[in-house]
Amino acid sequence: MLELKDVHTYYGNIHALKGISLKVNDGEIVTLIGSNGAGKSTTLRTIQGLNKPRSGSIVLDGVELHKLPAHEIATLGVAQSPEGRMIFPRMTVMENLEMGAYVRKDLTSFKDDIEHVFSLFPRLKERITQKGGTLSGGEQQMLAMGRALMAKPKILLLDEPSMGLAPLLVELIFDIIKKLNEEGTTILLVEQNALMALSIAHRGYVLQTGEIILSDSAKNLKNDEMVQKSYLGVE
Amino acid sequence: METTRKKFNWRRFAIASLVLYIVFLIGPVVGLDIPVVYAAIKANPLQLVQFLIIGISNGAIIAIIALGYTMVYGIIELINFAHGDVYMIGVFTSLTVLSLTGTLESKDPVKIVFGLILALIVSVVFCAVLNATIERLAYRRLRNAPRLAPLISAIGMSFIIENIGLMWAAQAWLVPSFGTTGGASQKVFPDMLGILFTSLGWDVNLLASSGIALRLTIKDVIVIVLAVALMTGLYLFVQRTRLGKAMRATAQNRDAAKMLGIDIDWVITATFLIGGGLAGAAGLMAGLYNNTAWWFMGFRAGLQSFTAAVLGGIGNITGGMLGGFLIGLLASFSDGYLNARWTNALVFATLVLILLFRPTGLLGEQTGQKA
Ligand SMILES: Nc1ncnc2c1ncn2[C@@H]1O[C@H](COP(=O)(O)OP(=O)(O)OP(=O)(O)O)[C@@H](O)[C@H]1O
Ligand SMILES: [Mg+2]
Repeated sequence: MLELKDVHTYYGNIHALKGISLKVNDGEIVTLIGSNGAGKSTTLRTIQGLNKPRSGSIVLDGVELHKLPAHEIATLGVAQSPEGRMIFPRMTVMENLEMGAYVRKDLTSFKDDIEHVFSLFPRLKERITQKGGTLSGGEQQMLAMGRALMAKPKILLLDEPSMGLAPLLVELIFDIIKKLNEEGTTILLVEQNALMALSIAHRGYVLQTGEIILSDSAKNLKNDEMVQKSYLGVE
Repeated sequence: METTRKKFNWRRFAIASLVLYIVFLIGPVVGLDIPVVYAAIKANPLQLVQFLIIGISNGAIIAIIALGYTMVYGIIELINFAHGDVYMIGVFTSLTVLSLTGTLESKDPVKIVFGLILALIVSVVFCAVLNATIERLAYRRLRNAPRLAPLISAIGMSFIIENIGLMWAAQAWLVPSFGTTGGASQKVFPDMLGILFTSLGWDVNLLASSGIALRLTIKDVIVIVLAVALMTGLYLFVQRTRLGKAMRATAQNRDAAKMLGIDIDWVITATFLIGGGLAGAAGLMAGLYNNTAWWFMGFRAGLQSFTAAVLGGIGNITGGMLGGFLIGLLASFSDGYLNARWTNALVFATLVLILLFRPTGLLGEQTGQKA
């Protein structure tokens, strides 16, 4: 469904992605793990069109994303819960969710979709008229994810969705991700919590300073000695 | 207890003292004499109400122009220095339309009304397109450049448009002369509303028959009603419509807006179109109200509206409206009780004081962005 081939992305002179190739098949959860600064967020930003690759190709269902501006990529069904949450601080929770549905032509099921988001995150329903900027960090994280879901994306990019959440909520988020996937959403997941990520993902890629050093099924990665040492904290 | 007391801010104290010193000690020498002003108000309190009316009317126009500054700043954090000059072009466009359609010579109310409506439409459209063109030519390529670059580009645009205004004013077939006003390049903008209502047999001063020694003219009412209608329309547009929401989203987080499918370039163009259109409407309103047109009028209007936008909280639309009325009142009282020469200085001093003591303005930044 989504395929990156030899993608190079720069921030000025900083060579952040040094030839990333990866693939996400229809219906999969694929996870990207790697330490700080490895280029995980940059990969998601590049897919989304917020950063333009200097070379390489990104293809979604036969469409070359790297040639399109970010807003057109969104209309093709790519949505993201980004690093730093990026919610709109002076818009209400409701307005933030409405903005999530901006790309959709068909809004007949809008009310049901909002209710669906509220059923996943009841906390958001309690805060419906509150301004995004006044939410707690964890609530903002839920809002960012709810907003991405409102687009009804073909592929959902999640950048550390458990960031700043209490342990109980982290489990809940992973349950939600799994459920969304079972409902048919393809997911590319970036997580600090590599153990959790690998336990729900089908496949994974290990990223190090802008390069993919390993890719395998989630199960094999979990048992890989190097992965255990570097990312799972196993001695 | 002592230790929890806030440290005394000497720098601010010194600046405030300096301002007070200028106002009370140097002021009287050049005409800013508080006791004299006080005596004038006491002798004729009705005059105060008169200046209030003038202030509100001019404030309404300033508010409309201020919206253009504040919307553009809100979305791309650029002070569009050419905005005041776009308004000046609005004055000339209106005058030219009124002239070419023969409205200026007409005594026929129907013809005058049609002429005015046409002038409004043409001025709004022309200024909207002009403003969006300025963005396209002078700012778009510099969107990711250091802040100073588009600012300098904006000042350059301002000079260019002022000179276009100067040339425009010199074309007698576009801008006819009616007697002379202050300078050679200063033209009279005929009092079409006065002519219109006189031809209908109305008294232009609505309070004429009441015996109160005040002038509340039809011009005041029309300017205020039109301004309030435009502001309400804009407010609803920004709050309710799809494009309005996209504009707010873009202003609050541009990357997030892109990510959700908002075409940033179009949103920015739309912002300039709306800001320019409002300046065009303000141009016609100001021409009809103040009855002058000259190429440099965008400077004073620009200074006042920009200050109004900052006073209200730059980027905040409601703040821009509030600031507009406040600056209109300040300018009117300064013109009336002090001297018109003082007005620009006072407005500029206000700007400096806000930037020093409350850079977020009256209504700015009510809810900050959390981590
Ligand atoms: N805006 C930027 N300007 C310059 N360099 C950047 C920028 N954003 C990221 N980088 C650099 O690009 C590299 C990859 O960063 P990225 O944010 O993709 O890492 P990450 O894997 O998401 O890390 P983390 O786990 O800390 O979120 C880093 O070396 C980082 O310093
Ligand atoms: Mg990251």
